[in-house]
Amino acid sequence: MAAPLLETRNLSMRFGGVQAVRNVDFTLAEGELRCLIGPNGAGKSTFFKMLTGQLQPSQGQVLFRGRDISQAYAHQIARLGIGIKTQVPSVFDGLSVRENIWLAANRIHSRDRAGNVVDEMLERLGLTGVAGRLVGQLAHGQRQWVELGIVLSTDPELILLDEPAAGMTYDEVHRTAQLVREINRNRALIVVEHDMQFIRMIAKQVTVFNQGSVLVEDAVENILRNPLVRDIYLGKQAAA
Amino acid sequence: MNPRVLNFLGLGLAGVVGIAFMILTPRLAELDTVLDLTIYMIMAILALSLALIWGYGGILCFGQSAFFGLGAYTYAIAMFNIGDSTVPLLLAIALPAGFAALLGYFMFYGRISDVYLGVITLTVTLILFNSVNSTAGPEFHIGVARLGGFNGIPGIPPLNFPGSKAAVIDLEGMFYLSTAALLATYFGLRMLLASRFGRIMVGIRENERRAELLGYDPRAYKLATFTIGGALAGFAGCLFANWGNFVSPTIFGLAQSAQIIIWVIVGGRGTLIGPIVGCIGVQWLSAALGANQPSGSDWWARVLANVPLILGIILVAFVLLVPKGLVPTLGEFGLWLVRSRVRRAATGLEPKQAEKG
Amino acid sequence: MDLIALLAIQVLYAIASLALISVGLAIIFGMMRVINLAHGEFLMLGGYAAIVATSNGINIWIAILAVAPVVVGIIGVIVERTIIRFLYGRMIDTMLATWGLSLFLVGLTTAIFGNTTVGISAPLGSFQIGAYRTSGYTLFVIAVAAVTLGCIFAALRWTRLGLIARGTMQNADMAAALGVNPPRVYAVTFGIGAALSGLAGAVLAPVSGVFPTIGVAYVAKSFITVIGGGAAILSGTVSASALFGTINQIATFATTPVFGEVALLAAAIVLIRLLPQGITGRFFRRGL
Repeated sequence: MAAPLLETRNLSMRFGGVQAVRNVDFTLAEGELRCLIGPNGAGKSTFFKMLTGQLQPSQGQVLFRGRDISQAYAHQIARLGIGIKTQVPSVFDGLSVRENIWLAANRIHSRDRAGNVVDEMLERLGLTGVAGRLVGQLAHGQRQWVELGIVLSTDPELILLDEPAAGMTYDEVHRTAQLVREINRNRALIVVEHDMQFIRMIAKQVTVFNQGSVLVEDAVENILRNPLVRDIYLGKQAAA
Repeated sequence: MNPRVLNFLGLGLAGVVGIAFMILTPRLAELDTVLDLTIYMIMAILALSLALIWGYGGILCFGQSAFFGLGAYTYAIAMFNIGDSTVPLLLAIALPAGFAALLGYFMFYGRISDVYLGVITLTVTLILFNSVNSTAGPEFHIGVARLGGFNGIPGIPPLNFPGSKAAVIDLEGMFYLSTAALLATYFGLRMLLASRFGRIMVGIRENERRAELLGYDPRAYKLATFTIGGALAGFAGCLFANWGNFVSPTIFGLAQSAQIIIWVIVGGRGTLIGPIVGCIGVQWLSAALGANQPSGSDWWARVLANVPLILGIILVAFVLLVPKGLVPTLGEFGLWLVRSRVRRAATGLEPKQAEKG
Repeated sequence: MDLIALLAIQVLYAIASLALISVGLAIIFGMMRVINLAHGEFLMLGGYAAIVATSNGINIWIAILAVAPVVVGIIGVIVERTIIRFLYGRMIDTMLATWGLSLFLVGLTTAIFGNTTVGISAPLGSFQIGAYRTSGYTLFVIAVAAVTLGCIFAALRWTRLGLIARGTMQNADMAAALGVNPPRVYAVTFGIGAALSGLAGAVLAPVSGVFPTIGVAYVAKSFITVIGGGAAILSGTVSASALFGTINQIATFATTPVFGEVALLAAAIVLIRLLPQGITGRFFRRGL
């Protein structure tokens, strides 16, 4: 049984009086694609922030390839190979699309290679036409794609996607799902989403968060039929 | 037109104009005009130092005058003690740079940002002002150089050609040196900004969080930028000490810091040409306004000669109305003019087509 | 023994004056997240208001405690309506605009009053503590500070205006939905902050005299007291003033006044480095 790519042990996060994440034990294997679902406020984004070093856990450990990264800085964790597309798109709005991608590609490629890598990524995401435009002026769906391009250009081993399909048209959602499946051919991913259609397009294993802890983990077909899961989304009244 | 070609043309133009200016001015202008222009060149370097730190690095530094003053004082003190200007010049760059590095380490590795950076840098320059201002007695000296307190340090020996103490720089020489230094600084900064380091620094300014998530350590980049800015300001300080052969603690004061910020805002924060234009413009305006101190009852003239009053109005007006500064706003206006001309030319064709069709 | 009493009074005085000059800025920064770099000039204007009033025959106490705050309060409202309200949310731009305003006010008062120092002699004479004499006015300043802070506390805690102000500060949209007019609250808040600064300037006028550029001495100290204090207006101002005032006075007592100033500034830098959110970012968080 191969060692997991990512593991959290008893991971918790407390903000003053609020326990946002509660004793989470989570494991992800090499090359696995996991979906993370749960109602708003369940702690999913906070969980992601602890994985990327944006927040330091109040308790517990995060292990990446067996190495404890719980106290590491965000830029150190990024260099180890974890990339994140955040819930609210975090891009360089005042710079061009090309410059955005370049900033990412530059981190792992030499000066000569970087230019080609940028062109390839723009091509792959269909952004060549807007390469010179300022990202801040793009439509929401395109901005999400630019962010995806940024994340992919650093070639991380583990990619975290926080609501990648948010605000997208049906076609864009389809293309995103396709892209996710493509990436999953040789990279591990954790995807947080609310859009159940999107989940169905990509998911195999799903972890359900509720009120800061893991409610249940199962294959996607079982999750969608699980009455507990329906309860937390619809409220207990629906069950009665 | 291809933006890259435009960029090169612009740079080339700047170079040609700069060199022409440098060569022609002493031949064509009076000596005291040359003297005035020299200080404009020196202050423009100071303006560029803040333009780098603030405009491109996104670091709000309210105490740029601290490095400027340290450079001037270091040169003066070292010059009195050593006699030949090679080492004092180098020290005048190295000491402010070192101080900037220490302060920068303290601030950036302490995750201090925004407003708090402004407050700390402001406080630092005030500490320097208060401290140096009170060193008036003969007991305050470094080697043979008395600090002078609020009296300042007069009679600072000018730069000499490295190695020969007798070959001292003269007025014209100061002008050539300052202008050449400004040109070198401008082109040097442009190269820096086009380099990998420069592009990453701008990225950090745009979105520090995202830069971090890509694996760049913002603290290190900010520290480097801040140090370079400090070194530049120190160099300007050294030139300043040479220009007037005098330095006093007001160089550390709030007024001086405010001036530098005003130049950058008025000229345009995100550019290099902007702060140069803003610096020379505001300085020229202050000098022109304050030149004739009118007496008597000409109320309007008295108002115009009141430099803080006018500068204050300018600053407020610019923040409210022209927040991007002169150069970017004029640039946008120019672009708008060109585009509307192009549009008018294009629509001019249509009625003719309609007639034919 | 008397020396300790004297030192204690000096320390209290340092804390009181620091608190007085800072509380107006604290209200404006704490309520509105506005950094008013013309704050020192509001103090200066308060001083001039008191002096002009006194030299026109108005009783000195009324000049200091009533005329100055009202005059500067009105000026504050005008400034808010003409400049500040266009810049909400743009913290750096407000800093710059108010810096411009401060230059303008310095120029204006220089033109009107000239460059020299004007003053009024401190009333209340002096009194004995054992072998030392100290000014009665010192005690007055301490008293004014205490009463002012007490009134602010009472207003915030128990009056409707205080509640509205706190609510608007927490969530302007919600306050608007409940019928409060946020722009008016902002104008009034800024005016009150300015009035308090005017009061402080007037109270300190007999101590140091007034001249157009006296604002410079005040602005840095009040700034770092407010930032060092943190988000809570009263507990922040009081705790930061207590800390810095004590350090300042002890350093002054041990060495020179200049070094006392430097010690205060240096202490501020250390504090901000250790507690980037200010004192009340970590302690007394629920305080007012």
